[in-house]
Amino acid sequence: MNRRLLSLLLILLAGGAAYLLFPYNLAFLTRILIMIVLVLSLDLILGLAGIATLGQAAMYGAGAYAAGLFAIHVWADPVAGLLAGAVAGALLAAVSGAVLMRTQGLTLIMLTIAVAQICAEIANRARGVTGGADGLRGIRPGKVLGLWEFDFIGITGYWYAFAVMFLVFLALAVIARSPFGLSLRGIHESPERMVAIGVSIYRRRLAAYTMGGAIAGIAGALSAQITQLVSLESFSFTLSAEALIMLILGGTGRLYGAILGTVIFMAVHHVAAANDPFNWLFVIGALVLVVVFFLPRGLVALPASLKRLAKGGRHAGS
Amino acid sequence: MQGLEVRGLSKRFGGLVVSEDIDFDLPPGARKALIGPNGAGKSTFANLVTGILAPTGGSIRFDGQDIAALDEAERVKHGIAKTFQITTLFSGLTVRENLRLPVLERLGQGGRLFRRADSDPKIEAEVEALLAQFDLLALADRPVVDLAYGQQRLVEMALTLALKPRVLILDEPAAGVPSSETHLIIEAIERLPEDLAVLVIEHDMDLVFRVARSIVVLVQGRILTEGMPEEIARNAQVRELYLGGAHG
Ligand SMILES: Nc1ncnc2c1ncn2[C@@H]1O[C@H](COP(=O)(O)OP(=O)(O)OP(=O)(O)O)[C@@H](O)[C@H]1O
Ligand SMILES: [Mg+2]
Repeated sequence: MNRRLLSLLLILLAGGAAYLLFPYNLAFLTRILIMIVLVLSLDLILGLAGIATLGQAAMYGAGAYAAGLFAIHVWADPVAGLLAGAVAGALLAAVSGAVLMRTQGLTLIMLTIAVAQICAEIANRARGVTGGADGLRGIRPGKVLGLWEFDFIGITGYWYAFAVMFLVFLALAVIARSPFGLSLRGIHESPERMVAIGVSIYRRRLAAYTMGGAIAGIAGALSAQITQLVSLESFSFTLSAEALIMLILGGTGRLYGAILGTVIFMAVHHVAAANDPFNWLFVIGALVLVVVFFLPRGLVALPASLKRLAKGGRHAGS
Repeated sequence: MQGLEVRGLSKRFGGLVVSEDIDFDLPPGARKALIGPNGAGKSTFANLVTGILAPTGGSIRFDGQDIAALDEAERVKHGIAKTFQITTLFSGLTVRENLRLPVLERLGQGGRLFRRADSDPKIEAEVEALLAQFDLLALADRPVVDLAYGQQRLVEMALTLALKPRVLILDEPAAGVPSSETHLIIEAIERLPEDLAVLVIEHDMDLVFRVARSIVVLVQGRILTEGMPEEIARNAQVRELYLGGAHG
């Protein structure tokens, strides 16, 4: 119990430390935070419930456009905008999930990709509403909670994104330990047995998918408000795939894995791409290979693995 | 009528007839065994009754109600449960979590979001009682994958009993269990609630004769005969089947 509190404290400290250490990189740090929210949504769906998807960007994009349009046409309040994004993400997930959650495996993966592609195509065609390929511009979010204005250095944006990420993390930590969370792990472990204890796994999976959609929508809304721009890229396959790689890197099914994987992926990307814009993918690829082969449970499992290794070494030595 | 009532049940896989015109009753408190050679259609029969498979023909009633249209999960809610011939557990979860899941679901708590899964003292007490009943207390916090196969078979039974079924079908509960440990399974079956209707599918004749008060013999999808254990033991056809067949 104390360890849990300690870990939460650690996240808060890390947030503060990053702010103090990289005051000129707030925009980049904020992008990491937004990405963490997206990867956390994937961790709920894939890590916990075992729903294979390569289309999480669909809900992210829906949330981004919804929040952007909401800010332009309805109300500039950022928190209300987040809500709009969450609702859009949840709605899209619920509607598409009603079909998707009846399938699994490769079929499911292909369909999740297709949904994101269709969304991108709709956004592209509906140029009058979404700005099409030029992107949605003119988003001017108001003060956060009526108190903090978005500044051009990105201080408000950083802390706003951090607070949202932290709350999403807390909510998921609660859900993961709830009966619902346990049932998702049960479905992941053995769908047959889950049916045999009287559960409609379709409905459970749909509920999880919808929740994940809401969180992905929040991530999209954050991005729309902070960058004040939504582009078709927010529906892109690359985004879905990168989120998946980050999750695998950090470790699926563990919330800390989502944070760790995202931070490392984006940091490596940042540094490697600055040094060598053509070969940074190679570095990421090598990193993923190493993790998949030597740490199949992700980087969060590194301390435990090292401990085992050290112990094994001592035994061999004595 | 009370209990399970099967009439004219049949199942075909393409041209292969696996169940043919089966009549079968299982009243409350019954202790029946279903025996027969490999491939006789025993597991298929269990799958038809529990709704894992859809029959080609015939009727299944429970307490007088036609349940043929209910799916597997709905039949579980009505109190019809079975264990799997091939152990099917939540292998990455601990023994305790494996038992907590069915109790939560039976009580309709499985979808709750904002409380801890282990926070209900009544549910926890029930889980502890099951752990004690099956001698699993010492292993409660171990992931199920780490358990010996015999112990996994006990979890398999405990998990199904956590559903508080009224009809329990055990599909080869002792399969793969070392003979030194079959007594654990037998004792567990003997301790089952009196009024529970139990059908045991089994090749282990010691177990069958220990627990069954009535035996049904299934051969090539048809019921060959049904009777008291002594009658079945004396039955010439059955003896030939078992002496000449793959099993002894
Ligand atoms: N899904 C299926 N599709 C086609 N054939 C099947 C299917 N399931 C079972 N069968 C066939 O039906 C027959 C009966 O199988 P079943 O598993 O019911 O036998 P069983 O009596 O339980 O045997 P065992 O003692 O080996 O467990 C077998 O010939 C099997 O190959
Ligand atoms: Mg069988």
